[in-house]
Amino acid sequence: MIIVGAGGHGLATAYYLATVHGITNVAVLEKGWLGGGNTGRNTTIVRSNYLFDESAGLYDHAVKLWEGLSQELNYNVMFSQRGVLMLAHNIHDVQSFKRHVHANRLNGVDNEWLTAEECRDFCPPLNIDASTMRYPVLGGALQRRAGTARHDAVAWGYARGADARGVDIIQNCAVTGIRRGPDGAVTGVETSRGFIGAKKVGVVAAGNTSVVMAMAGQRMPLESYPLQALVSEPIKPIFPCVVMSNTIHAYISQSDKGELVIGAGTDAYTSYTQRGALHITTHTLDAICELFPMFRRMRMLRNWGGIVDVTPDRSPIIAKTGVSGLYVNCGWGTGGFKATPGSGHVFAHTIAKDEPHPINAPFTIDRFRDGFLIDEAAAAAVAH
Amino acid sequence: MLIIACPYCGPRPELEFRYGGEAHVARPVDPSTLSDEDWGAFLYQRANPRGLHAERWRHVHGCGRFFNALRDTTTDFFAATYETGTPRPAGTPADGETSR
Ligand SMILES: Cc1cc2nc3c(=O)[nH]c(=O)nc-3n(C[C@H](O)[C@H](O)[C@H](O)COP(=O)(O)OP(=O)(O)OC[C@H]3O[C@@H](n4cnc5c(N)ncnc54)[C@H](O)[C@@H]3O)c2cc1C
Ligand SMILES: [Zn+2]
Repeated sequence: MIIVGAGGHGLATAYYLATVHGITNVAVLEKGWLGGGNTGRNTTIVRSNYLFDESAGLYDHAVKLWEGLSQELNYNVMFSQRGVLMLAHNIHDVQSFKRHVHANRLNGVDNEWLTAEECRDFCPPLNIDASTMRYPVLGGALQRRAGTARHDAVAWGYARGADARGVDIIQNCAVTGIRRGPDGAVTGVETSRGFIGAKKVGVVAAGNTSVVMAMAGQRMPLESYPLQALVSEPIKPIFPCVVMSNTIHAYISQSDKGELVIGAGTDAYTSYTQRGALHITTHTLDAICELFPMFRRMRMLRNWGGIVDVTPDRSPIIAKTGVSGLYVNCGWGTGGFKATPGSGHVFAHTIAKDEPHPINAPFTIDRFRDGFLIDEAAAAAVAH
Repeated sequence: MLIIACPYCGPRPELEFRYGGEAHVARPVDPSTLSDEDWGAFLYQRANPRGLHAERWRHVHGCGRFFNALRDTTTDFFAATYETGTPRPAGTPADGETSR
């Protein structure tokens, strides 16, 4: 078997193929270096308070795996359940977040409504003085089991665990073609380092999924956009949790190194450049400075971009494809890091058994033909 | 920030524009006769190429008009902009090819 892409999702897939299904004759092919794609570029927010039953099932499956992951891998992935607070700035936000809180509770996913004062008590740097704000804080939704993890450690931990069980991880090996037999089924892949035969190929290539799937003649319901993030100079511990504001486009946490980790929405147009426009970043910082005036004099250290593959309903695809032996795990868009363990776990099942796990069964490609969208986009317009 | 040449107004900063997605995706003339497969493909499947991409932009903070552009998604370099309703300029490379 071949996995295309050694990001967190691809490596987790290989790990669970080996540990859960006893399949170790697996090669993970990576055109760059292990974890150098979105896995190593993301801002590591982990949460599961999604609206729809299908999403709650998928993302909470991942949070439960996160909770035991350092033990499982014997590698500290620094999963920190410090809480994710999502701020409401207008009546629509309040109604939408309360709807989420109730829907989440019915699905056994923790999420609670806080008043503006309770938000400030949970996150003291937060400004809630409406007289100073263009978009006052009206309250927020808090998921206490949510938090952050160390992105590189997740890739390295899964890679080490897979490698120890016999999986081959081949870096600097770009997949350039997908070879198929007379019956149309996959027979292997062409790479920058030669042909590799395989009966099953799992594509986990994030922003490059459309390009890889086109090698097998498959058109995808995906568009690839740059998503940027930035970090500040490191400072002493000041910020206790994760705060997100979808309405004014910013979110922030503090890494264990002390850097403020900041991000926002995607750039406007599709691109593969792994960079974005500066005005997106300054817009984000405007929002951060309004919410947290104490950070106004901080200096930013570096910024970067990754390429995220976005589906029309902002939910992922983890599924079989129109080609026998070809599987795809994509469409995580701006928010797939949080799902890494769950995604790998159910995708390994899908490949090993040639049928989906009940948790990923709704996340097909066919839903875009049949109209069974899992429309987290319309429900919340959320990122991450 | 990109500088984008509106065919009607000339070069302007990206902030004046709104992105409009893939160009030349024609709405089927008679949707009710289409298979689910073809209708789903029309609604949701996109070329999303690495390289040249024909796409729509709208000059929202200018003349307000839609137009088409050919942009290389590996460099963000614009190879051409052209008016809505006109075909992709002849002699330009196909989708996914690089512009330079
Ligand atoms: C700036 C930014 C912030 C983000 N913040 C968050 C967040 O806070 N929380 C969250 O949950 N998610 C976040 N995300 C999204 C998250 O990063 C992704 O959804 C997730 O990491 C995808 O994991 P992956 O393993 O599928 O992708 P990747 O890590 O990108 O792995 C895909 C790999 O495939 C390789 N590849 C591509 N084409 C080929 C080929 N032809 N041959 C061989 N290899 C190939 C790539 O080189 C890459 O290493 C963020 C993303 C970005 C860019
Ligand atoms: Zn104009």
